[in-house]
Amino acid sequence: MLAFVAPSIDYHAFAPELIVVAILAILVLVDCFTSDYDKSSQSSVAGFGLLLALIPVVTLAMDGTVRGMFGSPESGYAYVVDTYSLILKALFLVSGYVVVLLSQTYIAEGDYWEGEYYQLLLASILGMMVMASARDLVSIFVALELLSIPAYMLAAWRKRDLKSDEAGIKYYLMGVFASAVMLYGMSLIYGITGSTLLTEVAANLRQFPAGQVPPIVVLAVVFVLVGFGFKVSAVPFHTWAPDTYEGAPTPVTAFLAVASKAAGFVALMTLVFVAFPGNTSTIEPLMFALSAATMTVGNLIALRQTNIVRLLAYSGVAQAGYMLAPLAVYGVSGTVGLQAIIAYLLIYAAMNLGAFAVVITAARKTRSGEISSFGGLIQYAPSLAVLMCLFLFSLAGIPPLGGWFAKFAVFRALVGAETGWGYALAVLVGINSVIALFYYARVAKTMVMDPAPDGDLSPVRVPFSLRAALVITAMVTVAVGVLPGLVGHFTDSVTIGAALGS
Amino acid sequence: MDFNSGQFWSSPITYAVFLPAVGALVMLLIPRQQEMTHKVLALITSLVTLGIGIYILTQFDYSAGSRLQGVVDTNWIDAINARYIVGLDGISLPLFALTLLVVPLCVIYSMDHIPAPGNAKAFLILILVLETGMLGSFVAIDLVLFFVFFEVVLLPMYFLIGVWGGEQRQYASIKFFLYTLFGSALMIVAFLALYFLTKNPDGSAAQTFDIRQLQALSGSSIGRTTQLLIFGGMFVGFGIKVPMFPFHTWLPDAHTQAPTVGSVILAAVLLKLGTYGFVRIAIPVLPEAAQSWAPIIGLLAVIGIIYGALCCLAQTDMKRLIAFSSVAHMGYVMLGIATLTPFGINAAIFGMVAHGLITGMLFFLAGSTKERYHTLEIRRLGGLLKSAPRMGWILGFCSMASLGLPGLAGFWGEFPAILSSYNPANPTRATVLFGWSNEVVFRIFMVLAAIGTVLAAGYLLYLYQRVAFGEPKEEFADDPHIHDVNAFEWVSWVPLLVGIVLLGVYPNIVFSVTNETVAPAVQQIAAAVGGG
Repeated sequence: MLAFVAPSIDYHAFAPELIVVAILAILVLVDCFTSDYDKSSQSSVAGFGLLLALIPVVTLAMDGTVRGMFGSPESGYAYVVDTYSLILKALFLVSGYVVVLLSQTYIAEGDYWEGEYYQLLLASILGMMVMASARDLVSIFVALELLSIPAYMLAAWRKRDLKSDEAGIKYYLMGVFASAVMLYGMSLIYGITGSTLLTEVAANLRQFPAGQVPPIVVLAVVFVLVGFGFKVSAVPFHTWAPDTYEGAPTPVTAFLAVASKAAGFVALMTLVFVAFPGNTSTIEPLMFALSAATMTVGNLIALRQTNIVRLLAYSGVAQAGYMLAPLAVYGVSGTVGLQAIIAYLLIYAAMNLGAFAVVITAARKTRSGEISSFGGLIQYAPSLAVLMCLFLFSLAGIPPLGGWFAKFAVFRALVGAETGWGYALAVLVGINSVIALFYYARVAKTMVMDPAPDGDLSPVRVPFSLRAALVITAMVTVAVGVLPGLVGHFTDSVTIGAALGS
Repeated sequence: MDFNSGQFWSSPITYAVFLPAVGALVMLLIPRQQEMTHKVLALITSLVTLGIGIYILTQFDYSAGSRLQGVVDTNWIDAINARYIVGLDGISLPLFALTLLVVPLCVIYSMDHIPAPGNAKAFLILILVLETGMLGSFVAIDLVLFFVFFEVVLLPMYFLIGVWGGEQRQYASIKFFLYTLFGSALMIVAFLALYFLTKNPDGSAAQTFDIRQLQALSGSSIGRTTQLLIFGGMFVGFGIKVPMFPFHTWLPDAHTQAPTVGSVILAAVLLKLGTYGFVRIAIPVLPEAAQSWAPIIGLLAVIGIIYGALCCLAQTDMKRLIAFSSVAHMGYVMLGIATLTPFGINAAIFGMVAHGLITGMLFFLAGSTKERYHTLEIRRLGGLLKSAPRMGWILGFCSMASLGLPGLAGFWGEFPAILSSYNPANPTRATVLFGWSNEVVFRIFMVLAAIGTVLAAGYLLYLYQRVAFGEPKEEFADDPHIHDVNAFEWVSWVPLLVGIVLLGVYPNIVFSVTNETVAPAVQQIAAAVGGG
């Protein structure tokens, strides 16, 4: 029997995760020693901790070397810190910070457990950060559970509210079901390739010549990817999303819609590009179908929504469809497609969090999630209405707001593939953008053109934390739209395969 | 400022494009209650922009109109090699100048005509943002930059129609938005296809959005069918904006419902973005595909002329009638473009400017009529020459100009366009229409277009007769609201009226600028196709 050899750990590479763990511990301690009636320190510590963890992310990015752990140069590594993982960790930390800003007043005023809320939130963010670096089936699974389980609880955080209970239980059941399917796929892959290390999986899968791939491989790949299809709410695995989004506390919804979805995409990208780079004949048709169905169904159902959160849920489903699209041509477009998805995730995070920030702020006055309750917003809260228009039209992809570049990047990956499937999907994305505009514009119409439903024109008080969240998201949305180079600068250098020596 | 220095911050074009946006930003910070401040600020901004424009006009080297001038070429989005390239040549200069002229006039008109429900701040901010988008579209020499500016105009127009429009404003505004967005979605896919498929002569991928380079390579490396498809994408994008039959159905609604100033800008400038797109991008970049598409474009243009005119005859609403007349007039512009001859394209550019001045003016008149009578239903109007004689005369003048009376601007847009279709490019080339040759097809178009002018005379005179002649109807006989042209109206109208006469008497002002550019460009197209 081999003696246990402690793996060498690069503490600089681990620093962001370690800081989040440390803050998590501090949060628990602070929770024990503060009064039950004043937990305001929790959100401050959590927010501060997330920003603190950004520092090593930046230093690692400036350093620029690819750091691998738990493996060897020959076999590849199970945990890798490269530009790909760093940019996504930064995304999770910043969007986590914005979610903390969104939560502050909502959770404090709603009489919910405050301490545990932030602790679970941080735990979930930790899972996402691990996910960004994980290059091993087991660590991917651990990261997935670490990010999901706190999220199940957070979804049910509005205790005493049946809808929130429903949100939590639905999310939990569907999530566990997805995990099970995925785990089964992973076990098959381990059985076929004899390794859980993604690079070795890829090397072993390559032994099957094209056209002679055993059905079991196809089954395994599809099961694993479908598992993440649930996470990113791809049609037909999206059914949990609207109910969960509507029932969960709105800041948690924002978190699920942005960070959790991004984490699902991260896992999908890692798996597709690192573990299954050669399985294009299986994955491309699957992703084509998923992407086409997701954007079309999401958009069509969104047309009928009357509740703003449900509308954003279905819009999020449709947006996931756009993000899946580059995977349908990943064999040809390669890194360009990867960069397109990452660019989309970054921009989507800003605009969607911004939209939720407006919804949360406006609901402080209207106490309603109905779209009709937004009537006359331009009269009593002009800046909120203008910001919401910004975010909505950015989601619709209208220049000069950030969303146009996200869509443009997707178009670029699809058209650049120069395949019939790529062109077809590009046209479908185009048509869907037009459908989507209709419901985004309808919300804008209500805010700008309709009168206030009860004639109440008293102003909305915007607390500082929400104001900060709105300013951050709006600035990113506009800046990226005018100077897309800002995002391009980061995403351009992102490669995933090369960093692993495969 | 050196006009040809090529630096981002030292080019007057950059200032002209972004100054309105800066003005809008400043206005954003001023409280809504200070209406007068907003009006003055908007006026100053648009006038200073006009001033920069006049400076550009004086610096422009008219003897070298075919060359892009005042070019700025700097990095913008490195990742996709999209660059901030702006510049002016003989094709864009007239439209650039038209935009610069129309916006301040609209601001002046708005001084005492902010439509219900008020809010001068938002109204004027949107107009200034619109100006940035329009000016940017006319100077952009990079496809992505063009696309961004092209879309920037959508949001302000959507809100202008949706908030300040007539009864059906919400329906009209979303219809306008959806139509245009559908077109531009296909357009951007077409642009990307150009980006990826265009190859340098040595076989390496060009990967550029620079219109100059794409024009030089003229798509020769792209397969024929693909070229036709890419052109089709751009055709839908620009065709919706023009609007060409059968994509025109958004226009009557948008025009009828838009507030006066919105209609004026829509007619005078926004529609030109579509035709300009054909002349600037679609045809030079894919000349071969343009040859194949030309008979279809010509056919749709002629259908537009006849159909638009027949619809005009059936209208009962003055504004809707003028809107349909736009469909017909833009048909002449497209017919000129479809001939692919220097003569036709010159006529088309002139037609754009003339239509901008005349139809813009007609929408001003419709707005002022609505303001006085609170209705635009033609059968309730009448006797304008009695109740407001000056306005009546101006309406008569504009109707004459619009129907193409020689000596006024409209004539030089229509007549040469019709004439040019007698001799289209590649006369012997067989077309998709029954295999007839280009010459035969376009001569048929010519006859039909000529019939269109007769119909135009019919509906415009009919309109004028019913609105201006006779006695005022009883319900408006002693209405104190019906007054003659006021000071703000005079100031905003006179420049347009002068322009209509000036271009009519001396059309060379425009032709001398455009011909310098169009003739070499068309020769290049002919050369690319292989013997014109």
